[in-house]
Amino acid sequence: MSVKEKAIEGFLFGAGISSVVILLGIFLLLAATGLKAFSAITPIEFLLGTEWNPTAYGTPRWGIAGLMMGTLMVTAGALLVALPAGIAAAVYLAEIAKPRARELLKPAVEMIAGVPSVVLGLVAIFFLSPLVARVFGLTSGLNGITAALVVGLMALPTVASISEDVLTALPGDFREASLALGATRWQTIRMVLLPAARSGILAAAMLAMGRAVGETMAVLMVAGNARAFPLSLFDPVRPMTANIAIEIKEVVQGSLHFHALFAIGLVLFLFTLLVNALADAAIERQRGRHRW
Amino acid sequence: MVGVHRAEQAAFLLCRAAAWGALAALALVVMVVFLEGAQVLSVGFLTRMWSHRDISQGGILPAIVGTLFLGIGVTLVSIPLGVGSAIYLQEYGKGHFARAVTLAIRNLAGVPSIVYGIFGLAFFVQLLRLGTTIAAAALTLGCMTLPWIIAAGQEALKTVPDSFREASYALGATRWQTVRGAVLPNAFGGMLTGSILGISRAMGETAPILMVGATFYMDYLPASPFDKFMALPYHLFILATQHASPLAKSYAMGTAMVLILLVFALNTGMFLLRAKLRRMKTW
Repeated sequence: MSVKEKAIEGFLFGAGISSVVILLGIFLLLAATGLKAFSAITPIEFLLGTEWNPTAYGTPRWGIAGLMMGTLMVTAGALLVALPAGIAAAVYLAEIAKPRARELLKPAVEMIAGVPSVVLGLVAIFFLSPLVARVFGLTSGLNGITAALVVGLMALPTVASISEDVLTALPGDFREASLALGATRWQTIRMVLLPAARSGILAAAMLAMGRAVGETMAVLMVAGNARAFPLSLFDPVRPMTANIAIEIKEVVQGSLHFHALFAIGLVLFLFTLLVNALADAAIERQRGRHRW
Repeated sequence: MVGVHRAEQAAFLLCRAAAWGALAALALVVMVVFLEGAQVLSVGFLTRMWSHRDISQGGILPAIVGTLFLGIGVTLVSIPLGVGSAIYLQEYGKGHFARAVTLAIRNLAGVPSIVYGIFGLAFFVQLLRLGTTIAAAALTLGCMTLPWIIAAGQEALKTVPDSFREASYALGATRWQTVRGAVLPNAFGGMLTGSILGISRAMGETAPILMVGATFYMDYLPASPFDKFMALPYHLFILATQHASPLAKSYAMGTAMVLILLVFALNTGMFLLRAKLRRMKTW
């Protein structure tokens, strides 16, 4: 092998290893910075405390339970929108739509993912949130509901396109056997195809959840961002991502507050790793079951 | 049987409504932005410097230029690494190591953009002392884009039939000669389209540049990678949430319109290119 070829292969190997380096780098930096916060905050107070008020006069409060609750509420609300709509859209694209409708709709649904989240947030501030306020009779539409609707729309393409891939990849015999037994098309979809695709659809749900938890801009713009512990989706909420975005510019580098924000980042990071692992396991199961 | 038929009709109707509803939501968002945004769109808006005191006198040229520079920066960071990585994984890598890399890539793709943002702030801005510059933002966004580019590259390489590789080896070519002569020319189109989709997504990202510090107001164009920068998504975010002027809403919509046009133009261009390249394939 020539020297030139050795050099090229060296570069390719280096490029290949770069992802591992970046992932480890992010983890180590978040951990090294974030764990410093626990020299002054107990992990119990951090994870279970309901009050987050680092700049309080007297005793600052470092509990992120309220922020986690905000994330949880917005994510759950978003999945309530994205899962039924996304799966239904996937069924339509994979099983019902005529080829021409499919050719138009598939890229359009994927294009939703191409709209920058800050633009969706912008439209939501000026149009969706007044609408939500009017429909539910609230004084402000900047709350959990509006955030959940926007994030739900953003998570929809993830659910739809993965579920559609899974459905399309199911063996044709399933469909034919069911129809041959006299089932209608809908019975075939409901009793044969969707059950056969369930692990793949579960993976889609996991990835959508990861997106919803990590979404920052749209949430920052419309969720209301109050620090009070949210009791319902009608309250203004402040999810973890929005909290980091709001506060990181105001804090002194190296202060306890700075470290605590990195600790929140570490929680987000570890959570997305977990969600990814679950999604991977579900995809592997789907593959193992039906050669997907 | 009538009941079964009714149920089927109702279910199909719901599924159809979901798919068309998603399209309608997309159309509605774009329409709102374009109707409002068109009111402020003018040559001056596109070509003048931002004016802080009277926003109707200023334009968003520095933000457009900033976003384009970011796009170029992200390209320089993530394309060589991403394409190199895809080639390594698809054509060279085997066994445990390749599997570990694949796992890392999948996890990187799931990391929230705000986490890339605080990583960029702590590492590129503070530790490497790059400051709140284009270089720091491009490196941060480049890390975020890398897994998308790799995935697109791998997909493109997978579409090249193995017979191409075998024929090349049979002629006595080395591995790299095979990759360069027989594989890459046929995967190039797919790699290009996938990469540009990734870059266009990165140009619309806001959370990371919020962290590494885009600036809201500058009255000159950035001259080097180590200059401060404005960017379209950050600009419209500030206008929408932290600007007191009654005109801010329209100007935010106008900025959003320019951003959408930029992203969609890149997307559409890629769809057309992909369709054309697909027609040229003869195997």
